[in-house]
Amino acid sequence: MRIRIRLFTLIFLLFGFSFFSNITFAADEPAKAEQQETFNPGKFIIDHVTDKYEWHIAGPHEGGISVPLPVILYSKGKGLDIFLSSKFEEKEGYHGYKLNGEGHIEAEGGASFYDFSITKAVAGIFLASILTVLIFISVARSYARREGQAPKGFQSLIEPLIIFVRDDIAKQSIGEKHYKRFSPLLLTLFFFIWISNFIGLIPSMPGVMGNISVAFTLSAIVLVITLFIGNKHYWQHILWMPGVPAWVKICLLTPIEIIGVFQRPFVLMIRVFANIAAGHIVILSFVCLIFVFSEKGDAGGWGFAPISMAFALFMNAMELLVAFLQAFVFTLLTAMYIGSCLEEPHHAENH
Amino acid sequence: MTIGILLLSPLLTPSYGLIVWTLLAFLIVLYLLKKLAWKPILKSLQEREDSIQNAIDTAKKAREEMTSLKSDHEKIVAQAKTDRDTILKEAREMKDKMIAEAKNLAAKEGERMITNARESIQNEKMAAITDLKNQVAHLSIEIAEKILKQELSEKDKQKTVITNLLQEVKMN
Repeated sequence: MRIRIRLFTLIFLLFGFSFFSNITFAADEPAKAEQQETFNPGKFIIDHVTDKYEWHIAGPHEGGISVPLPVILYSKGKGLDIFLSSKFEEKEGYHGYKLNGEGHIEAEGGASFYDFSITKAVAGIFLASILTVLIFISVARSYARREGQAPKGFQSLIEPLIIFVRDDIAKQSIGEKHYKRFSPLLLTLFFFIWISNFIGLIPSMPGVMGNISVAFTLSAIVLVITLFIGNKHYWQHILWMPGVPAWVKICLLTPIEIIGVFQRPFVLMIRVFANIAAGHIVILSFVCLIFVFSEKGDAGGWGFAPISMAFALFMNAMELLVAFLQAFVFTLLTAMYIGSCLEEPHHAENH
Repeated sequence: MTIGILLLSPLLTPSYGLIVWTLLAFLIVLYLLKKLAWKPILKSLQEREDSIQNAIDTAKKAREEMTSLKSDHEKIVAQAKTDRDTILKEAREMKDKMIAEAKNLAAKEGERMITNARESIQNEKMAAITDLKNQVAHLSIEIAEKILKQELSEKDKQKTVITNLLQEVKMN
């Protein structure tokens, strides 16, 4: 009971903070932008969900509050270049690189280069990583400190979640025999995604899981794992399904199964990316509606604001659920893929 | 439609820089957490679960022992009760038997004594009677001698006396 109350308090705190700050920060921007040109909600929203070279916190894009982030570029001709993204604002182009209208870096003369900049999303990943590591090392320490005792404080908030991942995801999907090997991976995936999603709900923070590259990386890790750990039984069923005529296998079954191997992590990627990105887009859309209406007159904007806020509030609450759900679904499906790779032949006599 | 795709395209374009950083960050997080967090946490969770299970098992065992001890105790008590009862019963039987034997013996002894007494009385009586008879015989002979001496002094008288006597004897 106590754990539940604490969890709710935490969620409500996060929720309240994210909601109110979302509105204040988001509302500042288009209001000022609108004075210069007609408000373009599509551009505004995509600007907010895509990656940036600076960490923009509040205010208009030029002259607002933003944290410059390091840009790391490497090209064969010029070697390694590391500089702050604010350099782009000071003058047009820096070291032969400049920011184009879409916010991408271009080399002068169209030369090719490698971009390993610490963008806003990378910074978000780092933040989520540091937070995850700090939280769980501190929890681990409280386990060491209170050895053989009942959990207390933050430890008792986290413990049911750890047990949930271990018992209801890992043990259930992978099975008694192998689950211990994959528990650390699944726990890390679950908490990393969840914490990233939570960070993404805080306005001005990057919604990293809504970035396709991040989702791609995590799914690629899952793909590589499933490719390496698959046992004989698993590969036999994919490449040469027993008990099916040969021509069916060559023409139909094997190609489908091979596509399936890649399609499953691909779906994993799309699901988490689309859910988180869509959530952000919907919230931003509701906020944008105010400014779309206010273009017809101030009264329209003020009049629609409460309705818009009510919807944005509802969506924020939904997003809190989605943040957990997506972490859970990603971890659960990963566990199920791993489980299917390790499945023992239980009807061997049929083949 | 075209506008939509154009708007979404930056969303759907992966950037390799971000992929590399994400991979690096995630693998470091995975390594660190595996070493520093999950291993000790999962270990102590397992230990705690085991110790709870052990405690439950031990309590159950202790309870079972208690019940078995209790039933043992009850058995012993019951045994003691039956033992006592049999001992009492045996004692009672023995007492009855002893009393009966003693009574029997006493009765026999009494009878024997009575018979003895009777025999000795009989003997005494017989001796007395014999003695009496002897004395009577003796006296009778003496009397008879005297009478005969007297009677036989005269012939007639002798004759009558003899005849009378004979008659008397015959009558007796």
